Amino acid sequence: MSAIAPPATAETSPPTPDYSEYKLVPARHPWRWVGTVLVAAGVAAIAWSLVTNPRWEWGVVAEWFTAQSVVNGLIETLKLTAISGVLGFVLGFILALMRLSASPLLVSVSWTFSWIFRSTPLLVQLLLWYNLGYLYEKISLGIPFTDVRFFEAQTTTLISQFAAAVLGLTLNQAAYSAEIIRGGILSVDQGQLEAASALGIPAWKRSTRIVLPQAMRAILPNAFNEIIGLVKGTSIVYVLAYSELFYTVQVIYNRTQQVLPLLLVATLWYVVITSVLSVFQYYIERHFSKGALRTLPLTPLQKARKFFTTHVAATPTKDAR
Amino acid sequence: MSIIAARKESTTTPQAGESAGVPAGTTAARPAPADKKATRGQVDITNVRKSFGATEVLKGVSLSVPPGGVAVIVGPSGSGKSTLLRTINHLEKVDGGYITIDGELVGYEVRGNKLHELREKDILKQRTHIGMVFQSFNLFPHLTALENVIEAPIVAQKRSKAEARKRGLELLDRVGLKDRADAYPRQLSGGQQQRVAIARALALDPKILLFDEPTSALDPELVNEVLDVIRELAKSGTTLIVVTHEMGFARDVADTVVFMDQGQIVESGTPQEIFANPREERTRSFFSKVIEPAFNI
Ligand SMILES: Nc1ncnc2c1ncn2[C@@H]1O[C@H](COP(=O)(O)OP(=O)(O)O)[C@@H](O)[C@H]1O
Ligand SMILES: [Mg+2]
Repeated sequence: MSAIAPPATAETSPPTPDYSEYKLVPARHPWRWVGTVLVAAGVAAIAWSLVTNPRWEWGVVAEWFTAQSVVNGLIETLKLTAISGVLGFVLGFILALMRLSASPLLVSVSWTFSWIFRSTPLLVQLLLWYNLGYLYEKISLGIPFTDVRFFEAQTTTLISQFAAAVLGLTLNQAAYSAEIIRGGILSVDQGQLEAASALGIPAWKRSTRIVLPQAMRAILPNAFNEIIGLVKGTSIVYVLAYSELFYTVQVIYNRTQQVLPLLLVATLWYVVITSVLSVFQYYIERHFSKGALRTLPLTPLQKARKFFTTHVAATPTKDAR
Repeated sequence: MSIIAARKESTTTPQAGESAGVPAGTTAARPAPADKKATRGQVDITNVRKSFGATEVLKGVSLSVPPGGVAVIVGPSGSGKSTLLRTINHLEKVDGGYITIDGELVGYEVRGNKLHELREKDILKQRTHIGMVFQSFNLFPHLTALENVIEAPIVAQKRSKAEARKRGLELLDRVGLKDRADAYPRQLSGGQQQRVAIARALALDPKILLFDEPTSALDPELVNEVLDVIRELAKSGTTLIVVTHEMGFARDVADTVVFMDQGQIVESGTPQEIFANPREERTRSFFSKVIEPAFNI
């Protein structure tokens, strides 16, 4: 029935009936409906058991959820995440640039850094930092191999629990984010740098204005993975008896014996933080996809508004899509 | 389109610049026709050599293009055309020889009896005098057409944003894309993208424009909209060096056609000389492959 068919057959083939008055009926998807019903039933069952099983002790959860000690722990968790997240990514950016530089020394220093911090357990790193005073009694800043000292202090007074926690988390985070940022930078076409050089744009501006904004598209999903991991990862500093969220609930349930409800308190807070971060992630990624897509997809809010205006407020029209 | 407008005041006769291809233009192709009163943009390439590893890609190339001249470089793939263009703005370092623009060395300075490579900052400054248009456009995809055009004036030349925008819109108008100023490159056709890239190269007000196969990545029906813009530029008094496989275009706009093969300039001359009476067998055999039989001088 193609155009290649010789005219003779075209003449003998039956005339095409006129379908112009027929109504269009979209295909039905019965299995999609079956799937939807099954999943909805499953979700309802889980929700029901959560509500009706008294052992979840929702009353206890509610009581502790906003207790002062828990909120203080939450703030410490957010503080640790923010500080080591930001410092980790700044240091990671520098490490990534070093790794991509033409200097063999910078490349190997950066490589070695990532190698060491990715191959030792974070737990060990944290304990090492905290016990640095055992290895080096004093920390001083001066000119190496001379007696000139600008600054000197006892290690144990310098490295508090907080400092050890931030140091450990930051350096560990830097090692991972360096690789993420490097991957993002490598994903940008070489021609971009060439065009920018040919236009006389200085090296630093080439990185920050041309390459990084494009690299962000590849960096962001992984970066948010890391940050979300870090939120929960901060719970590891309980080994330093640092009273962030997780350590705080442990202390409480050791006293009250309400283990499950208190773990639930911490979990719910982690869920809240992660959800907020996911919303940020959505809008930040959208911002950096400017120009990468021909048209940006609607945000959930825009979709809801459109749904409301086309399906609820106005009478639906055929081409309302 | 009104590319001529900006600098046309300097030309005398209305049919200025048309002379290159028409038989009446027996004025020597070199130096450029007298009606192009360009005073800047003299390019002198002297015995330039360049190797990648063991292979010598440029084997002592010398070429002079006068201010306002239009040189078209043709030749088989891999003959070193792109490499030669890239040495002119020091994107590629030469291994021997030197290049001057209006007498000023590109990428080097004389100290004692040595040529020392310039610092990055000074090289970037030199590059602002040399516009370059790439085969693959290389527009910045995260910036709109206008933002692409004004990026270098703002960042490299420290012009004010308002001034750069005004000039940017003028340039987009010149290439016929004023109404697409806010479009992102991916929302533009290939021909439109390349025209934005030309506007971007013009934004620094360069003395010299380098084109590396500006139409090779385009669908055939889009080639002419880009060539038309370059044709207009050829009349404007900016020195153009164009690598292309568009022989009809070369015949129309070139003052000088340069045939390169295996890292050397085999011969150069006016379009008439090169296309109608090539002296060298290599030139003749190349043209017999690339020029369609109907092509006539
Ligand atoms: N950066 C590079 N490294 C190694 N070889 C290269 C590089 N750039 C170009 N070449 C080689 O140099 C030769 C000339 O290339 P090019 O100047 O791009 O030729 P043309 O533009 O005439 O097709 C080719 O053989 C190519 O493979
Ligand atoms: Mg090439």
